[in-house]
Amino acid sequence: MIYDQASYRDDSDELYEPLLVEKASKEVAVEDGPLPDDLTRDTLEMPELSEPELARHYTRLSQMNYGVENGPFPLGSCTMKYNPKYIDQVAGLDDAAVHPDRSEGSVQGVLDVMATVQDYLASIGGMDEVTLQPPAGAAGEFTGIAIARAYHRANDDERSEVIIPDSAHGTNFATAAMAGFDVVELPSGEDGRVHLEALEEAVCDDTAALMLTNPNTLGLFERDIEQIADVVHDAGGLVYYDGANLNALLGQARPGDMGFDIMHFNLHKTFAVPHGGGGPGAGPVGVVEDLAEFLPDPHARETDDGDYELYEPAQSIGKVHGYHGNWLNSLRGFAYIARLGGDGLADTSEKAVLNANYLATQVDLEIPYGPFHHEFVASAGDLDAADFAKRMLDYGVHPPTTKWPELVPEALMTEPTETESIETLDALATAFDNVLAEDEATLASAPNRTTAGHIDQASAARNPRLSWHALEDGEE
Amino acid sequence: MSFEIPDELHYQDSHEWVRVDDGTATIGISDFAQDELGDIVFVELPSEGDDLDAGSDFGVVESIKAVSDVYAPISGSVTAVNEDLLDEPELVNEDPYGDGWMLKVDLADEGELDDLLDAEEYEAQLA
Repeated sequence: MIYDQASYRDDSDELYEPLLVEKASKEVAVEDGPLPDDLTRDTLEMPELSEPELARHYTRLSQMNYGVENGPFPLGSCTMKYNPKYIDQVAGLDDAAVHPDRSEGSVQGVLDVMATVQDYLASIGGMDEVTLQPPAGAAGEFTGIAIARAYHRANDDERSEVIIPDSAHGTNFATAAMAGFDVVELPSGEDGRVHLEALEEAVCDDTAALMLTNPNTLGLFERDIEQIADVVHDAGGLVYYDGANLNALLGQARPGDMGFDIMHFNLHKTFAVPHGGGGPGAGPVGVVEDLAEFLPDPHARETDDGDYELYEPAQSIGKVHGYHGNWLNSLRGFAYIARLGGDGLADTSEKAVLNANYLATQVDLEIPYGPFHHEFVASAGDLDAADFAKRMLDYGVHPPTTKWPELVPEALMTEPTETESIETLDALATAFDNVLAEDEATLASAPNRTTAGHIDQASAARNPRLSWHALEDGEE
Repeated sequence: MSFEIPDELHYQDSHEWVRVDDGTATIGISDFAQDELGDIVFVELPSEGDDLDAGSDFGVVESIKAVSDVYAPISGSVTAVNEDLLDEPELVNEDPYGDGWMLKVDLADEGELDDLLDAEEYEAQLA
């Protein structure tokens, strides 16, 4: 047990009791019902499969798929690392499955874990307070920029612009626009980094915030980060850290120490929450002390009596998610951080950086920038990066992110993560080099060895088949 | 690679073209733009009767590579929209100056055409 609810079990008034009402049932003839005739039927087709048939069906589906448990998944910027199994065991504990309407007194253990994760993340990021509310990275960005907007407004300082480097994640631009700001795009310098002269030109009285990730999407550390923060602060703006690349910094450096005021964490990239597959993520947001009163509602904290409670910060931006954020993901993050500890987290980022730099030396492709942090961007040169990636599938590995960032022509953005061994990295390098040695026609027809062969993306997008009915229609 | 740049059209540096015929302006995107975008899979256009302001975005072109705004080269009221593009967005790739046209607009201010590029200037910009 990671927390104790036993002491509350006697307190029956405090427990949530689901309202069980036995529903009165009555039969209505189909023809008397309100549905139009074409939506009613007299027979119901039920799948009639035996258990082994069903088991084989799902096993076959799983074999058609490729995941991080099949092999390396070096999708740059996504941090698709292997998540240890004990994390799921912790998240699967009966005591973690609490109804969100339970009274505070009966879920003290949960609130304790939430407050602890808030503190862990604050300490990792060099922030003063962290909210666990946002359910994803982009939701974290939006929460962070909404906090910046609320902060400026509270100072009667309406500001209209957010500055974003051209190498930034696309979500940054969307976040700023959705929060009602005009986006000012900052061109990168020749070395792929933010240049102070360009930034000084871009800031003004209307600058609400600069959004930046460090290391940036090219895997490069922004060396002038303190001066960058100063330039924005001098203009009255705030500096936002996109935590997408935090895996490179764990235990080594902290955004708060670099001058960032707001940041988000991706528990599904950095802290062992499964990433991809459409499942829930978690994008906690950290802020410096001056911004803590704007955090979303509710926020967990320890009371003077040593209990835990939820409260609404004084000038809260309000709700960004129902209930307590994605609680089980907060718990996964807790389990990961607690087991690794400070030294373990530092070891994680060292290995992530080592693996990226080692792989970069083993790949024969042109790699225009470097040395790197946790990822590198190779160029497929005269080849089409998307075709290159599809051909890599034929060698039994997942390809890198393609065609982005656009600073590198035909980009292959590669992030091996810390969880791959040197043997796996060598196999990955072999896949890169094998594809590089092949002709364009081979690449253009790839993949050939996967369950789904070469897909005509344009036709798929122009004539999407969105249900099995469409499949049947297509066979006519 | 060389791109088709018809002499009689006006061009905007964001790669839209305008053909003026008796007070009506037809608008589309250039051969260079369609090639740069790659296979176009979706086009979003305004409605008839909408007013356009020169320089503001009037629609969206989505290819398998990117989603891009398209910008009005001139101001005016939309009199016709190329509905064919909704079902056949590939027309923009196949015939950017013909069947791939996007809008017809009642030209509000002929003087705005002077702010646009001619074929020679547009070609120089692509070089």
